Amino acid sequence: MQGAEIFIESLLAEGVDTIFGHPGGAILPINDALYSGRIRHILTRHEQGAVHMAEGYARATGRPGVVLVTSGPGGTNVVTGLADAFMDSTPIVVFTGQVPTGVIGNDAFQEADIVGITRSCTKHNYLVRDVKDLARTIKEAFYIAASGRPGPVLVDIPKDVANASTDFSYPDSVDIRGYRPTTLGHAGQIRRAAEMLAAAERPVIYAGGGVIHSEAAAELHELGEFAATPVTNTLMGLGGFPGRHDLWLGMLGMHGTYTANMAMDQADLVIAVGARFDDRVTGNLEEFCVGAEFIHIDIDPSSIGKNIPVTLPIVGDVKMCLQRLLKELRAMEGKDWYAAHASWLTQIAEWQRDFPLLYEQDPDGELMPQYVCEQIYEVTAGEAIITTEVGQHQMWAAQFYHFMKPRHFITSGGLGTMGYGFPAAIGAQIAYPDRTVIDIAGDGSFQMNVQELATAVQYDLPVIVAILNNHSLGMVRQWQQFFYEGRYADTSLEVSPDYVKLAEAYGAVGLRATKPDEVRPALEEAIRLRRPVVLDFVVKMTENVFPMIPTGGSIKDMLLA
Amino acid sequence: MPRQQNGEVQRHTFAVLVENQFGVLGRITGLFSARGFNIESLSVAETEDPSVSRITLVTAGDDMILEQVNKQLNRLIDVIKVTDLSEEPHVDREMVLIKVNTEDFRRAEVFRIGEIFRAKIVDVTAKTYVLEVTGDEGKIGAVIDLLKPLGIKEIVRTGKIAIGRGQGAM
Ligand SMILES: Cc1ncc(C[n+]2csc(CCOP(=O)(O)OP(=O)(O)O)c2C)c(N)n1
Repeated sequence: MQGAEIFIESLLAEGVDTIFGHPGGAILPINDALYSGRIRHILTRHEQGAVHMAEGYARATGRPGVVLVTSGPGGTNVVTGLADAFMDSTPIVVFTGQVPTGVIGNDAFQEADIVGITRSCTKHNYLVRDVKDLARTIKEAFYIAASGRPGPVLVDIPKDVANASTDFSYPDSVDIRGYRPTTLGHAGQIRRAAEMLAAAERPVIYAGGGVIHSEAAAELHELGEFAATPVTNTLMGLGGFPGRHDLWLGMLGMHGTYTANMAMDQADLVIAVGARFDDRVTGNLEEFCVGAEFIHIDIDPSSIGKNIPVTLPIVGDVKMCLQRLLKELRAMEGKDWYAAHASWLTQIAEWQRDFPLLYEQDPDGELMPQYVCEQIYEVTAGEAIITTEVGQHQMWAAQFYHFMKPRHFITSGGLGTMGYGFPAAIGAQIAYPDRTVIDIAGDGSFQMNVQELATAVQYDLPVIVAILNNHSLGMVRQWQQFFYEGRYADTSLEVSPDYVKLAEAYGAVGLRATKPDEVRPALEEAIRLRRPVVLDFVVKMTENVFPMIPTGGSIKDMLLA
Repeated sequence: MPRQQNGEVQRHTFAVLVENQFGVLGRITGLFSARGFNIESLSVAETEDPSVSRITLVTAGDDMILEQVNKQLNRLIDVIKVTDLSEEPHVDREMVLIKVNTEDFRRAEVFRIGEIFRAKIVDVTAKTYVLEVTGDEGKIGAVIDLLKPLGIKEIVRTGKIAIGRGQGAM
């Protein structure tokens, strides 16, 4: 069987139904084999779009997203997406074409050392030098991408390898001696965790994206309620615990709620679950959770003890560890958790009451971006899949759309990649054609992958882009206001396209709202149409995101308005 | 960016078994440069199993960094096993070839120092000797210090190799 056919058979064996890609000379044998239509190929307008679509697909479904691009510039154009997926532990497998093995290293046309270039932004990568290795390599690539701490894997396939033939048999198991993720969690450590939690007076669960990746939302919910322990989520963890719940503190960190950050500051025990103590969460490490001991549950040992010394490390799959922790807690007799935490929960309720997230929408005034986010929540009854770009709008989406379930919020957390949200929304929409998928976007970010409008139109995807159009690079402008004495260097988007006309030019629908009472009708119309829609919400330019803890600051430095 | 060093800086010797494959060394050195860990010395060669190479790596950092070095190495798919040899009794050796100036009646002195350190003279010219010395860090350091005033023209070291003591194997 030819390499290109082996590629298709292997992907079918992995259950792949969709590939996102863009063709070119070195990968043509595989595109040609795909012409049979056995796997759907989505032609994106830029390779970066393809990777973010694959990420959106993966984050919405939990299954690896697949990308196929050509050598050289095709490869270099996927680097941002790989780095993004690496930071956010998103399982994707990216296949790149490569020049024929005989000319590798000769500066051949469209040659780039993509394996070398992507070594530091993939979980693993391969150059397939012999067609005999192709099936096994693909098997390993999918296994590595999806298991343990998930991540991106790149497989570079030289053109002659795709053309060469060999016998095909797809391996049914993988054995990589250097890769055996620990999933179970150490029983003794889990028992100690239960004891520490039982002894704590002011515990907080700090839950990250690992809860989503390991499908542990139900366990987290149960743990919070069983042990009367409040929960805060990271940006990546939103939806891992119901966004409307007495025990939910809101998001923590730089733009987290007052309650979440105060609770972390005052806690005597912090249980980190599938989170990694990112600097956007911790701020100044010296002043972070000064009174707390830490339990850290994570599948990646290198995440534990990286930024913060931990009292009790537990390496394992979050879901399995939480199940076993719950079992230990249930076996403890005679503890009334709610009574034990009564004063702590009262304190938290007071913070919630006194310091909610605030903004004001004057019915006749300028449109407020937060209001738009709340309306999106209302109109979709919290059921939509929301993706975002990066900036202020991202934070408002996180703050004002209440995520009740996992895999409903898809955003670029670790790398903070502008241009992520729109293609990610397309990927999610392809996975779930019947759902409402909305990219809450900034006008700056949307322009970074706007070309994918053509993809959305070509494949008839009812994806919605809601631009919170402040005519500026708002988040950077906010920093300039606070930290650079209002010197607004290079952040005004004074020349911008007419987004309604732009949408129409691509064959999509464009709608605009400039007043509060236009928001809801525009949203309802967009959802009703079941077509690609760009919504241009012209919002107040100078609005800022609060609360805000400046970089490297601590709770003492939190700005509330 | 090298991270903050809070604790006391120590030097540790790691033994790392890796897949004997194209690009593995690049992954390891890339990891060190990306994370700001330093490599003081590194030596690598195939083991008795041709599919496995062994790297001996000397690095320095505080406890948290050394722990990260260990964990980040383990995180690489091509890394089969990592042992921090500094945590256990071990033997380490390094070999050095030193080209020394023997002009101006220094030949006898160089020869004498060589004898004390059980060096072999592996190349001789009218003006130079090449000495081969094997030993632990202390010995190599001492011989270099003594030869320096006589005029070292060139020096090459293998980097440290190390193995755990006792019956156990990696
Ligand atoms: C690719 C990329 N380049 C630069 C940045 C730095 N950056 C962070 S937020 C931001 C502004 C985003 O503007 P916009 O998309 O309009 O969103 P807003 O903050 O106005 O809501 C910039 C430039 C980034 N995150 N990503």
